[in-house]
Amino acid sequence: MSYGSSASACRALLVRDFSLVWRRRGDALNPVLFAVMVVMLFPFALGPEAAVLARISAGTVLVALLLAGLLSLDALFRSDLEDGSLEQLVLSPHPLPLLLACKILVHWLTTALPLIVAAPVLGELLYLPRDVLPVMMAALALSTPLLSLIGAVCVALTVGMRRSGMLLALLVLPLYVPVLIFAAGACNAAQQGLPVLAPLLWLGAALALALVLAPLACAAALRISLS
Amino acid sequence: MNPLLLWFHKLGSPPYFYRLAGRLLPWLWGLALIGLVAGLYGGLVLAPADYQQSDAFRIIYVHVPSAWMSMFIYAFMAANGFVALVWRIKLSETLAMAAAPIGAAFTAICLATGSIWGKPMWGTWWTWDARLTSELVLLFLYLGVIGLYHAIEDRRQASRAAAFLALIGIVNLPIVHFSVKWWNTLHQGSTVKLFGPSLIDGRMLWPLLVMALATKLLFAASLLSRARVDLLELEAGKEWARQVALAGERT
Repeated sequence: MSYGSSASACRALLVRDFSLVWRRRGDALNPVLFAVMVVMLFPFALGPEAAVLARISAGTVLVALLLAGLLSLDALFRSDLEDGSLEQLVLSPHPLPLLLACKILVHWLTTALPLIVAAPVLGELLYLPRDVLPVMMAALALSTPLLSLIGAVCVALTVGMRRSGMLLALLVLPLYVPVLIFAAGACNAAQQGLPVLAPLLWLGAALALALVLAPLACAAALRISLS
Repeated sequence: MNPLLLWFHKLGSPPYFYRLAGRLLPWLWGLALIGLVAGLYGGLVLAPADYQQSDAFRIIYVHVPSAWMSMFIYAFMAANGFVALVWRIKLSETLAMAAAPIGAAFTAICLATGSIWGKPMWGTWWTWDARLTSELVLLFLYLGVIGLYHAIEDRRQASRAAAFLALIGIVNLPIVHFSVKWWNTLHQGSTVKLFGPSLIDGRMLWPLLVMALATKLLFAASLLSRARVDLLELEAGKEWARQVALAGERT
């Protein structure tokens, strides 16, 4: 019996996940709406002075995007677990880390990418200084895939639990802290006119490492949770 | 078979470990208690006062050993978690999970004593210094491991999942350790050095080392006590656990 090549399996998985997202395209906008709401709360809480908001704008946008990503993580394996296709993925003869990498990629493209696109608007709402914007976008481009990859490992550990929301936050947030520190570090350095390359390079290095290790870890974690 | 290897294999068997731990426990608790009393007496009474901080520095006799233990126990937990995941040794799963609450307690003590010392010395309970932040993250990692362990119904699957999380979290350990070197912030660098001369007077140093040893013994005693109970619970259906329970009823 032939199973086809791993590349065709990946392609089939990508097409399937994209079409699933497309058929529920209303849901795909929820993370962006959530991020807008969170950002909107800050001017209400802190007052509308442009100087105050500009000072905290980059950090606020980063945290809002991080939280939106955290809330959307739960959906990564949820429907697949419910309809049984997750077990089929684990049982398939193709390398599980590769298949999971495809799933994480689709998840990043459909939840994190809209957030990145919305980020300049969110920054504008908080009077983000213009020269900080490119640095923030670069930091987001490097940090959101990292967050998705780290998050996927933790989701794989909590998969199958009925009320995993709070627990997932408890597992994921400590691991998100370093990512946030470096992303915010780059933005703060840009705001003060300091060199920004070092924190961005750290993020890039971490992303390169996570791209290789996280799918493997995710596969191992999934095997533990489904055993 | 080589006797050492044979002993190691025997150690992995729950009934053997249960009996061995039971024999060791009174000694460990006793030695830990003596060590703690001696270390605290040496630190709080015998050691001379600091020229700058006078008596306030004495909190290091609790703070520093707790901080060392917070990292040592995490490494211990992760190492046992690795063994549990790779070789599926039941005892390692139990030891890793029994170590987590003890480590969390030491981390909390370390943070609390640091705060109490920081208020008069730094003028603040808390500062977002690299060492403090990474130690706080360590506490959250412990809590995550404990939370995950208790959220999963099946005990063995729960300990494997939590052990895996502990392994991922180990990236934080070098950050905690080197944070005072990498970032020059408020928390002072290390004074006691494994390699090279320590920057602390001998009269102040010995109680600290006694406390470090005593907290290790306290950890071992606490760990074995917890692991014995966990093993009994895990093996509740087995013959040896029944015999232990019956023997406990008779006395």
